[in-house]
Amino acid sequence: MKTRIVELRRGILEKNDKLAAGLRNRFSTAGLLVLNLVSSPGSGKTAFLEWTLRKLVREDARAAALVGDLETDNDARRLASSGAPVRQINTHGECHLEAEWVSKHLEGWELGALDYLFIENVGNLVCPSNYDLGEQIRVVLLSVSEGEDKPLKYPTMFNSADAVVITKMDLAGPCEFDREAAVKNINEIRPGIRIFETSAKTGTGMEEWLGYLAEQRVGERAHEPARQ
Amino acid sequence: MHEIFVVSSIIDAVTESLAPYSGAQVKEVRLRVGVLAAVTEESLRFCYGIATENTRLAGSALQIDQLPVIVHCDPCGQDVELPSVQSFRCPLCGTPTMDLRQGRELEIESIEIDEVEEDIRT
Repeated sequence: MKTRIVELRRGILEKNDKLAAGLRNRFSTAGLLVLNLVSSPGSGKTAFLEWTLRKLVREDARAAALVGDLETDNDARRLASSGAPVRQINTHGECHLEAEWVSKHLEGWELGALDYLFIENVGNLVCPSNYDLGEQIRVVLLSVSEGEDKPLKYPTMFNSADAVVITKMDLAGPCEFDREAAVKNINEIRPGIRIFETSAKTGTGMEEWLGYLAEQRVGERAHEPARQ
Repeated sequence: MHEIFVVSSIIDAVTESLAPYSGAQVKEVRLRVGVLAAVTEESLRFCYGIATENTRLAGSALQIDQLPVIVHCDPCGQDVELPSVQSFRCPLCGTPTMDLRQGRELEIESIEIDEVEEDIRT
């Protein structure tokens, strides 16, 4: 018997990370902007996405969505009413989406024929932070009723985000939402991040959000390799 | 919450790495886990004990090296450790920074195995 130390030095989620890197490459080649939307359950992700999809479809942008939930296809049906192609991913108990499921649910979609793909993750501010889905932009949503200290409670997720969307701003008054405290906390965890203050009900802040999407898409197209 | 999936990925990776050591017994698995890795040690250990039963990792010890967040501060011109994850500012000069150098790791560093004689000979 001999004791031996075998160095592995490998990422535990390496399989997911490799798949995600492959997806990101495909998305970039197709000139497609992909956003991963994460938040707590009930933060208004679906309403926010529904508004976004409707508007993009009306403006003739080619947008599609994948929506993750433990069970039911309620969100997919709701989002599909926007006219955009939508597919539901049911995780049947798993608390996050993985790159493999994204890849599987994209089968049959012509990526080059899309401008935007939104992936609505399972409502959870912890687990999805570990799983790269190949997105170019990770957006954390935070509703005004959740408490201004949410970024401090979930630093991993907020720190890994590229943009924060504050939702339900129409309820800021009744919820006694302290906007300054929220913005300060977000900046403590993720200095300099873009913050959008929105309401999918009244449309507040949504034009600014759409402007950001267009901006990011132009940026993404700039990376697009020249076609032979 | 997803520690069970993390543990299952550990089992897969370690089992795969044991291919050249057919009869070896795993004594210890050593992880490097950054404080921003969104897994808790207690939960990892709990899942590890259960999920490794009836696998080649059964009975092995789990060694977890917790890694603090290290950021690079431009004005100070050096890498500095953050005392907590409640503020991403240089603890020396207060400048906000997102230049992360450590803290997101979720890695298997190494495994310690007891090789059997026939493996050593081959």
